[in-house]
Amino acid sequence: MKRLIPLTAMMMLLLTGCSVEGALDPKGPVAEKQLDLILLSLGVMTLVLVVVFVLFFWVIIRYRRKPGDEIPEQIEGSHKLEATWTIIPIVLLFIMAVPTVALTFNLEQEAKATEGDMVIQVVAKQFWWEFTYPEEGIVTAQEVYIPVGKKVVFELSSTDVQHSFWVPELGGKKDTNVGGRNVNYLALEASYPGTYKGKCAELCGQGHALMDFKVIALEQPEYDAWVQKMLTPAEVTVETELGAELFEAKCLSCHAIDPGMPSMGPNLNGFADRMFIAGWLENDAENLVKWIETPEDVKPGVLMPGFKDVLTREEIDEIVKYLQSLH
Amino acid sequence: MDWITTVDHKKIGILYLVTGGVFFLLAGLEAILFRIQLMYPMNDFLDAQTFNELVTMHGTTMLFLAALPILFGFFNYILPLQLGARDVAFPFLNALGYWTFLFGGLLLNLGFFTGGLPDSGWTAYPPLSTEYSPGFGMDYYSIGLQIAGIGTLVGAINFIVTIVNMRAPGMTMMRMPLFAWTAFITSILIVFAFSAFGVGILMLTFDRVFDGHFFNAAVGGNVILWQHIFWIFGHPEVYILILPAFGILSEVIPTFSRKRLFGYTSMVFATALIGFLGFMVWAHHMFTVGMGSVANILFAVATMLIAVPTGIKIFNWIFTIWKGSLKLTTASLFAVGFIPSFTMGGVTGVMLAMAAADYQYHDTYFVVAHFHYVIVGGTVHGIFAAFFYWFPKMFGRKLNETLGKITFWLFLIGFHLTFFIQHWLGLIGMPRRVYTFLDGQTGWNEMNFVSTIGAFLMGVATIILLINIIITAMKPKDAEADTWEDGRTMEWAMPSPPPVYNFKQTPLVRGLDAWWVEKRAGNDAMTPAEPLGPIHMPNGSILPVIMSIGLFIAGLGIMHHATWASIGGFGILAVCMIIRSLIDDPGYYIDPAEIEGKEVKAS
Ligand code: HEM
Ligand SMILES: [Cu+2]
Repeated sequence: MKRLIPLTAMMMLLLTGCSVEGALDPKGPVAEKQLDLILLSLGVMTLVLVVVFVLFFWVIIRYRRKPGDEIPEQIEGSHKLEATWTIIPIVLLFIMAVPTVALTFNLEQEAKATEGDMVIQVVAKQFWWEFTYPEEGIVTAQEVYIPVGKKVVFELSSTDVQHSFWVPELGGKKDTNVGGRNVNYLALEASYPGTYKGKCAELCGQGHALMDFKVIALEQPEYDAWVQKMLTPAEVTVETELGAELFEAKCLSCHAIDPGMPSMGPNLNGFADRMFIAGWLENDAENLVKWIETPEDVKPGVLMPGFKDVLTREEIDEIVKYLQSLH
Repeated sequence: MDWITTVDHKKIGILYLVTGGVFFLLAGLEAILFRIQLMYPMNDFLDAQTFNELVTMHGTTMLFLAALPILFGFFNYILPLQLGARDVAFPFLNALGYWTFLFGGLLLNLGFFTGGLPDSGWTAYPPLSTEYSPGFGMDYYSIGLQIAGIGTLVGAINFIVTIVNMRAPGMTMMRMPLFAWTAFITSILIVFAFSAFGVGILMLTFDRVFDGHFFNAAVGGNVILWQHIFWIFGHPEVYILILPAFGILSEVIPTFSRKRLFGYTSMVFATALIGFLGFMVWAHHMFTVGMGSVANILFAVATMLIAVPTGIKIFNWIFTIWKGSLKLTTASLFAVGFIPSFTMGGVTGVMLAMAAADYQYHDTYFVVAHFHYVIVGGTVHGIFAAFFYWFPKMFGRKLNETLGKITFWLFLIGFHLTFFIQHWLGLIGMPRRVYTFLDGQTGWNEMNFVSTIGAFLMGVATIILLINIIITAMKPKDAEADTWEDGRTMEWAMPSPPPVYNFKQTPLVRGLDAWWVEKRAGNDAMTPAEPLGPIHMPNGSILPVIMSIGLFIAGLGIMHHATWASIGGFGILAVCMIIRSLIDDPGYYIDPAEIEGKEVKAS
């Protein structure tokens, strides 16, 4: 017992110091329903734990061996007691099973896209995310924009290994399967504008830990403005001409700039407005140089080659200038 | 030399314990290394590849080469004694099982010397484990585990036959100690589960080595097929690990409470039911793979049901102590310490089973916390309890109780410190198997730091246990037969350690807790069921080691496409099998006069 006091105190201290985030801080109806289910089960389970702990500490304190103890009576069992701890758990499980069944069914039902639903195709690749808006004709990467208050159906697949698409604040995850035959659908909705962290949740190789993305929820008008902007390619000026040429020569074999254009590496249309490079590194000139020179240092296992020995520092600076003009 | 050729179940048991123990230390060290990496955000103590390798090796080694073999060690040593048998049913196979386990384990770890360890997680999901894992790492996994798996299967079949056929007269199934019951059910689970796994890793080997297409989606294979095969093995595997621990608790708690196990019959049925349901729930590891709501719901409800028999067990243990007289030794501390920790793992298990909520938990630190509560809080606590409990029986000396209690408290505190906080980490968004995490996320740095400190404490506890073993080994052998005074089962009726032939005369069993019954009846030995006569013993044999070496060579040959090496390896195996079949080995006899002489000397 005594040992529990400092331990609990420490836990409390820690937990109060932490903000509540992730699954515990839902920002959409799916995550909210899931949190309700989590809290229900947590409540029932805490009850179970309390009963077990009380009985447990009672017997080990009360029935500790004392000098002069007799050999205790050899009790075989008790049908009444045993029936009690068979039936009560069944009842408790029933209480939890009903909402589980309902919600599991409901979420799957929601995920079936019907006429008029907004669909975004997600393709997970080692170690980045490609997002395609088939209606609008936009292809982007790492940062996916959605309108607030609208159900969005994500169509999930992968082209290399198994990954898993997870935005804790908006709802639980679903795997992105390879092979094209087991495409998954996941419906999420953001109730508030904001930027939500997304993660790959299935071990997928060296870069797994840093395979992050962001979901950016905007009010409808702002979202529409974003779509328009993505559809209007940035102009190349005298300033960025050199960079554009170098980009075309060295980078276009993998990347694309045109809206709607799929490519082997991420489509970089609108890159200047990305918050992060490679999904996690702050998007500024210095970091961009670092990334282009040695991407392996930013995300291990990455498939983009380093350009440290291919381009001079000046050339890389030109490319960076060009990328920063891609609004 | 004797140790290499032995077929004595007691020596093989000790071999299993020592080897399993060494692998346990190795896997623990791997965990400490990657916990150091996770002590700080964006730490560069380990690189991503090394981290993935260590995580994979930690999980695989702990499950296949540490926990299970250690439990096999206890089965081997204790089971025949508890049943009043001379040995297991097939002593030669028993030795073969040990040696294939050892050489399979060595093959799995060969990457430490050649570079390139398995790196796709202990679950080895393709295509990450096939096309996307070049090098030999995953070959060590699939072929190493194949060889070790032969040992596990052979061992399990051996235990089943032993339990069915070799019980002493009077020991009906319902008078069998619960430890024997759990060994029985566990072995049945192993036969079904490891067969499936064997086929699965054979398919994996084909895909990797011979360009097979089972799991290659580009040419019509299916990666999800692997997940089903893996978990149809993988879920029973976790019950394979926990049921023996249930058995251990059901021995240790009654002994130290001086009271018979509460609800023996329901314990037996609960064990069987858990074993059965354990095969019905594999897909709860795959809720997010997209099986559809019907499958998810069925597997969710089936999984939740397992909580019922598990709950029965927990309450039965608590009520064994109720009105008893509980003595707190290190062994019983570990046994009672198991109850709250394991229960916490059990309740998170039920939470994980709720499919719609599992979409949030799956593949996060919440799952890591859950299964460590059941495996460390459960299985490992059980193993420590068994170790302190049976050590005097096996080695004739009691471990130091003071050091033992220090180990217990450090381990318990370290364990909760490491894993409790991980529930929270999972809920706020930390996926499992990440080699690093970004700075500036509220709470992540502190919680990961605390978790690592806990891991260190468990490490220190283990070192103290090692010191305890060394100190104890230097003391004289002075343990009594019934060291704990209140032993209930038959192993406590024979000297510590028992002679090679176990009971001089096969004992007669007159009730549950046979030895306790005799003591209550005022006897100071088991009643013999047969007159004193010559005892037939099997001869030792070098063949099991040679056969295992043959398999090891064949395995290496296959992964390197070295045809001659594979043929050679299998050739060695075949020759040994022919020798074994053709040459008659009548064994030898120990005659009673000699026994009498020995017994006189001993007393
Ligand atoms: C009350 C009993 C139990 C229940 C209801 C239960 C339920 C579950 C569920 C639903 C999962 C899947 C979580 C996920 O991946 O999203 C899981 C994972 C796991 N459980 Fe249990 N479990 C129980 C007992 C045990 C025991 C006794 C062990 C081992 C001794 C165990 C070991 C594991 C392991 C190793 C995993 C992780 C698998 C992985 O993803 O690599 N569980 N459990
Ligand atoms: Cu991934």
